[in-house]
Amino acid sequence: MTKMHLTLTVNGEAVETLAEPRELLIHVLRERLGITGPHIGCETSHCGACTVDMDGKSVKACTIFAAQAQGAEITTIEGIGTPDSLHVLQEMFREHHGLQCGFCTPGMITRAWRLLKENPTPSEEEVRFGMAGNLCRCTGYQNIVKSVLAAANELNTVKEAAE
Amino acid sequence: MKTDVGITGAVHGHVAHDSAEKHVTGRADYTDDIPEPVGTLHGYLGLAPCAHGRLTGLDLSAVVAAPGVVGVLTAADIPGLNDISPTGCRDEPVFPEALVEFHGQPIFAVIAETRDAARRAAELARVEIEPLPAAIGIEAALAAGYPDVTAPLVLERGDVGPALAAATHRIRARMTVGGQDHMYLEGQIAFAIPGEDDEVTVHASTQHPTEVQQMVAQVLGVPANAVVVNVRRMGGGFGGKETQMNLFCVVAALAAKRWNQAVKIRPDRDQDMIATGKRHDVVVDYEVGFGADGVIHAVDATVTARCGFSADLSGPVTDRALFHADNAYFYQAVRLRSRPLKTNTVSNTAFRGFGGPQGMIAAERMIEEIACALGRDPLEIRRANFYREGRDLTPYHQRVEDNIVGRLVDELEASADYAARRAAVLEHNARGGIIAKGIALTPVKFGISFTATHYNQAGALVHVYKDGSIHLNHGGTEMGQGLNTKVAQVVADAFQVDIERVRITKTTTEKVPNTSATAASSGSDLNGMAALDACEQIKARLVAFAAESRGVAPEDVRFAPNEVRIGAEPVPFDRLVHEAYMARVHLSAAGFYKTPKIHWDRATGRGHPFYYFAYGAACSEVSVDTLTGEYRVDRVDILHDVGRSLNPALDLGQVEGGFVQGMGWLTTEELWWDEEGRLRTHAPSTYKIPLASDIPRIFNVRLADWSENREMTIKRSKAVGEPPFMLAISVLEALSMAVASVADYRECPRLDAPATPERVLMAIARLTGEA
Ligand code: FES
Ligand code: FES
Repeated sequence: MTKMHLTLTVNGEAVETLAEPRELLIHVLRERLGITGPHIGCETSHCGACTVDMDGKSVKACTIFAAQAQGAEITTIEGIGTPDSLHVLQEMFREHHGLQCGFCTPGMITRAWRLLKENPTPSEEEVRFGMAGNLCRCTGYQNIVKSVLAAANELNTVKEAAE
Repeated sequence: MKTDVGITGAVHGHVAHDSAEKHVTGRADYTDDIPEPVGTLHGYLGLAPCAHGRLTGLDLSAVVAAPGVVGVLTAADIPGLNDISPTGCRDEPVFPEALVEFHGQPIFAVIAETRDAARRAAELARVEIEPLPAAIGIEAALAAGYPDVTAPLVLERGDVGPALAAATHRIRARMTVGGQDHMYLEGQIAFAIPGEDDEVTVHASTQHPTEVQQMVAQVLGVPANAVVVNVRRMGGGFGGKETQMNLFCVVAALAAKRWNQAVKIRPDRDQDMIATGKRHDVVVDYEVGFGADGVIHAVDATVTARCGFSADLSGPVTDRALFHADNAYFYQAVRLRSRPLKTNTVSNTAFRGFGGPQGMIAAERMIEEIACALGRDPLEIRRANFYREGRDLTPYHQRVEDNIVGRLVDELEASADYAARRAAVLEHNARGGIIAKGIALTPVKFGISFTATHYNQAGALVHVYKDGSIHLNHGGTEMGQGLNTKVAQVVADAFQVDIERVRITKTTTEKVPNTSATAASSGSDLNGMAALDACEQIKARLVAFAAESRGVAPEDVRFAPNEVRIGAEPVPFDRLVHEAYMARVHLSAAGFYKTPKIHWDRATGRGHPFYYFAYGAACSEVSVDTLTGEYRVDRVDILHDVGRSLNPALDLGQVEGGFVQGMGWLTTEELWWDEEGRLRTHAPSTYKIPLASDIPRIFNVRLADWSENREMTIKRSKAVGEPPFMLAISVLEALSMAVASVADYRECPRLDAPATPERVLMAIARLTGEA
């Protein structure tokens, strides 16, 4: 199949690559751009391991065609924070043990990152439902929910202090 | 005494998972993230379209001609032995030669330049199969007189027949318990890189590198020393990667050698679910005799398991079902039988609990039967039957010596406010209405050790480099449980150095040979002890050197936090290590451990198969909509025993995760095969594991902080991987109580698992006579 010239902004950087129009965004990211933080759990939009942020929305990168991503602004876990400067969410997932095997973690954090932008002061129930598109087979979610709530709290304290 | 500033990462501390920082930043590498060498090929499996039949034709010409295809592999291309049975039963071909035994059985592999090309090409095969009658489920296999896939087990103590006959009450019934897909988030994956001569290296997501090594060697027809298997981490395992990775690794290695290129195989989720084994579904036929006081006099039960087409681990799995069919209860006279039944389905395999849950759930069903028959609170019946002094012999003739289940249950009953809440539930239900409630408190007693005694051994390799940094390797594999973190804590503690000094490295057959699967919850028990043994050897050499160099007695050398006190002189750890190196002290050691005390004679059904037991108790409350069968888990309280926890944070995570996974098994996760033997729930679209929104609204989980292993385990801790899974039985029991309320608790609802809303609704209809 003929490849298309794809131009994207990924984690704040303009990138270009050739990809088939119906190639899945998750494959473009992982195989063409070497961005392996988002994982593949099902390739059918049910697990959330591939969650990335696209133009201000959480999307499952396995349900987006390369052609649909043309010109999009994408944030993956790699763009949320780095080991030297962790995002509060990343810190809280580490502190509150919001992970075990870690396979769901990049998708979870990327989703939570958007969730807290959509709703900076979520209740426990809102976090549980807001994260329900991301599966975790290890943790039983308890610590994931705790981590997100702790991050929300932390972010709000910082914001209040700034005001 | 001078108080030391402690080390970081000490044992018994809440230490974060060693890879946590990599996980939260997306920098932890799984097998699929390993950079591929130029020219890497991709494999995909072709599956049989029939549950049972003679393979009369396999025309792969269209597959080979498809774009991007490099070649195909069938049974004819196997240079060594065409078998990957993990127990040496010789009943599990890599690819069958003549007989197809389940719908979805891999019959060939396509190797292509891209994964997409391989997947597309696999669809082009022309397969001719002459169908034979197939038995998909347990009933059908029994009716067709199918054999067992491996020898059944009988556990017997006392005279069951007369004891049943003499009992005041007798109930005989059947329980059906569904299987479970592992749904590890990272699917099966193998990546093979050819080496010189007959060598090959396989990177895989397996719980059992040594077995992969052995299987690859046997299928390629090369010695084990030509095969290296590496596992850095898995994205979940749960037993599903104990033997099931063998197939993928073997095929990848075959292809890598054949085309002399790196080959990766990653099935898609549907193929992963169709072609790999699951938790065994079982039918338990039980008869229980008991007194008016609810005390059990006799139990006669048979556990029949759908094993699939081959033995795999079904022998030990069904054995463990029998080992746990008593749960925490003393049966005065008992006979337990297993039927590891052959069926024309995928070969079922290990899954967290390894048959234990299927046995234990039957014990709890019998308690429920008794409570319903006598009109009593099931908790009273449970208590009346707990093992205690004088009533402490298991059906396998091992004595239960640490009877802490009573204390756990008492404490949980108080902290969960069980009595008052049960009264409130009864009152709520008495008022009538659409929503019925249920509450149940159930115990867990789980035996720790592999019942294959020779598996209870482990090795570790520890190097101290001359700059004082430590390299740690052991035979266990990391699948999220935090094994590497715990073993690193043990090493840091042994040398009294900060944990940051200890580097944990990938598991590889090159460093520690002949390892056991990381399974049976045994990971830290075995590998922690082996690592400790290695540390002690190096420490002994350091102590001897230090004592000699300073002219003090060896007793006066002490490892203090980040320094060694030699007499009165504090020497930084690094410096001592460097001095020792200069003095030619050997700073590397291989450690070894084997579990003491255990023995087991399967032929007589007697022995001491478990080193110790781990305990727990859970109290669950649910609300059921009696018009639709839908329900919510309102509250769960758990008190669990991990001995002296090596790492309470990781252990709590295991308890919570295990419980929720168990809840999935008993509630929403339903495997469903059609008459043709096709698995119809083969993706997360139709197979539903719990979501964040499904977990208990209130979820209180505690570890029994007073507990200490009475055996000499690593730092007196207890294994934690599997036992909490069975705490979820309390959810099924609570649902059952809610259902029973519609007929005033007079009749045991016999709610089978998984208790999907449909099943709950049908049980309600049965009790109200509307069925
Ligand atoms: S891989 Fe995209 S949702 Fe599962
Ligand atoms: S931590 Fe393993 S799937 Fe979530």
